Amino acid sequence: MSAQGVEVVVGDPGDPPDDSPAVASQRSVETSALAVILAFSLLMAWDNWRTGIAWESTGPAAGYFPFYVAAILAAACIFGLVQELRKSGAPARGFVSRNQFKRVLQVFVPTLLFVPVTQWLGLYVASFLLIAGFMIVVGRIKAWKSILTGYIFSAIMFGIFEVAFDVIMPKGPLERLFGY
Amino acid sequence: MEAFHLLLYGFSVLMTWKILALMMVGLTLGIFVGVLPGLGGPNGVAILLPLTFTMDPTSAIVMLSCIYWGALFGGAITSILFNIPGEAWSVATTFDGYPMAQQGRAAEALTAAFTSSFIGSLVAVLLITFLAPSIASFALKFGPPEFFAVYLLTFCSFVGLGREAKHKTIISMAFGLLLAGIGMDTVSGQLRMTFGSNELLRGVNFLVAVIGLFGISEILLTMEERLALRGHAAKISLRVVLKVWREMPRYWVTLLRSSFIGCWLGITPGGAIAASFMGYNLAKRLSKDPESFGTGRIEGVFAPETAAHASGTAALLPMLALGIPGSGTAAILLGGLMVWGLNPGPLLFVEHKEFVWGLIASMYLGNVVGLILVLTTVPLFASVLRVPFAAIAPMIVVSCAIGAFAIQNAMFDVWLMLAFGVVGYVFKKIGIPLAPLTLAMVLGSRAEDSFRLSMIGSAGDMRVFWSNGLVGTITTLALVLLFWPLISRAIGAVRRRFLA
Repeated sequence: MSAQGVEVVVGDPGDPPDDSPAVASQRSVETSALAVILAFSLLMAWDNWRTGIAWESTGPAAGYFPFYVAAILAAACIFGLVQELRKSGAPARGFVSRNQFKRVLQVFVPTLLFVPVTQWLGLYVASFLLIAGFMIVVGRIKAWKSILTGYIFSAIMFGIFEVAFDVIMPKGPLERLFGY
Repeated sequence: MEAFHLLLYGFSVLMTWKILALMMVGLTLGIFVGVLPGLGGPNGVAILLPLTFTMDPTSAIVMLSCIYWGALFGGAITSILFNIPGEAWSVATTFDGYPMAQQGRAAEALTAAFTSSFIGSLVAVLLITFLAPSIASFALKFGPPEFFAVYLLTFCSFVGLGREAKHKTIISMAFGLLLAGIGMDTVSGQLRMTFGSNELLRGVNFLVAVIGLFGISEILLTMEERLALRGHAAKISLRVVLKVWREMPRYWVTLLRSSFIGCWLGITPGGAIAASFMGYNLAKRLSKDPESFGTGRIEGVFAPETAAHASGTAALLPMLALGIPGSGTAAILLGGLMVWGLNPGPLLFVEHKEFVWGLIASMYLGNVVGLILVLTTVPLFASVLRVPFAAIAPMIVVSCAIGAFAIQNAMFDVWLMLAFGVVGYVFKKIGIPLAPLTLAMVLGSRAEDSFRLSMIGSAGDMRVFWSNGLVGTITTLALVLLFWPLISRAIGAVRRRFLA
């Protein structure tokens, strides 16, 4: 390394090992995703057919355009499904390994909980809880650092949106206590 | 000459402290977003869009486009120092940029990347300045059939020229068109695909979808990968900058070639990512010693970065002149225009002169200021990467939620954003591209309206799309592009038969 080439190293406590078994194969996920989209397109096609796909005195009816788009979507899904099913001999590639999936859920579940908590306690309190909690539990970062980061971030967001730019966010009991 | 006067007018619009300050803020945020793992141009612009809702359109677009330039600059930092391409189009920069950093020439590589980015976008901005007004005034003569033909051309070129499996591009696009159609039908006022839900009356908001598709899904994807980083720190000194700049004129052919490739592919919808690879590959193939590429040649940084920025900038040309975005980020900017109450399309040049020319002038100024900013602050931004992802991930989630909520003050939209996050995650993993979906969502209702208006005008006769030379040419070209893979295969077969 030259004088300028100082190494930067960032560790990752929950690094997923390579040998973790796959939760689902790429093919099964792809097939089921295509099947879900196919069902969605059929539902949409049916609804548009009900709305009307014919010609009226004012031109094509409201369901005309989306009906045909839904038909194209369905056709593309069927094509994809047939192609997937015909690939019988190919080796199955993993969609996501168990460890990776665990990490994805580690983000997704708190995010999912964050939304009802926002409705209940307001966005700023919920984001403080999310950031501090995530840093402590998932990131294994020291508690005081995590709580301070969550507090500063929520305070900055409050300053930017509520005070400076007048963008109104959902608020809860704590903000009401301070008269907002 | 007229363009020059209008450009000066544009600069005069910019010269207020407020706009200049917003520019600096936008550039800084943009570089920040470009450097952070799991974020990038489209995500950054989508997440930060709500900040602009209360601004006037000119300040808003200046700030947003500066976020975009900043993100483009920022992508190069991680590619070179950490071998992590922030975006698909930074991949080619890692080929020679990272080896240069390993040899202790990181400062040189960064200077080369930033300067060539600047040159690439400068060429593209010049193109926009002189070409966009004439295209827009030409497009003012367009009627509904012409507009539909142009939309069709955009959709078809994504299918025909995209590198993903064709049926997957079609799935993505048709899915987007359907989502765009949900809610009240703009022509008849009838409700459709709402299934009795009051929340769906308003339709699925484009920006909510984008924040979920790009922001949330990217966080999920990033968590899957190992987050441990190894890289180089760098500080750029004036001596290195001057050394690279002195060397630069020697590579003028590469710079010019990459600029043209970038402009061309940037204007073509769906071409932006290909530009950097094409710039790199052509430079390699036409070089006297192609073997030395990949070992840390400065030319290998110049070529892809120039092309990437030229295409990223040129993608704004069809957006301004025709209301058709050339890239995912341009589609999000277009979504912004509609939020600020502007109607994208050729009329912008007539009705909102100060907006259009303010934006074009800000492209010049933003790139100059951006270049100086990145050259002086690289160490600062590189250290952003030391912040653990466990701190960044929840902050991005919160920003996404704020963004999704602020658009229509609806909690339903935050749930919708989460759903789109899952959709985006699955789509990316099974190879369904997201850009066609974004494009279809933003253009969907206008494409449908122009189709229906053409059909009303012609009393249902499809031949209206071949009724005059212009619309006929565009429609035919669209169909050729749609079936291009089949056509090129047929041409190849015929040629082989004659040669054999």
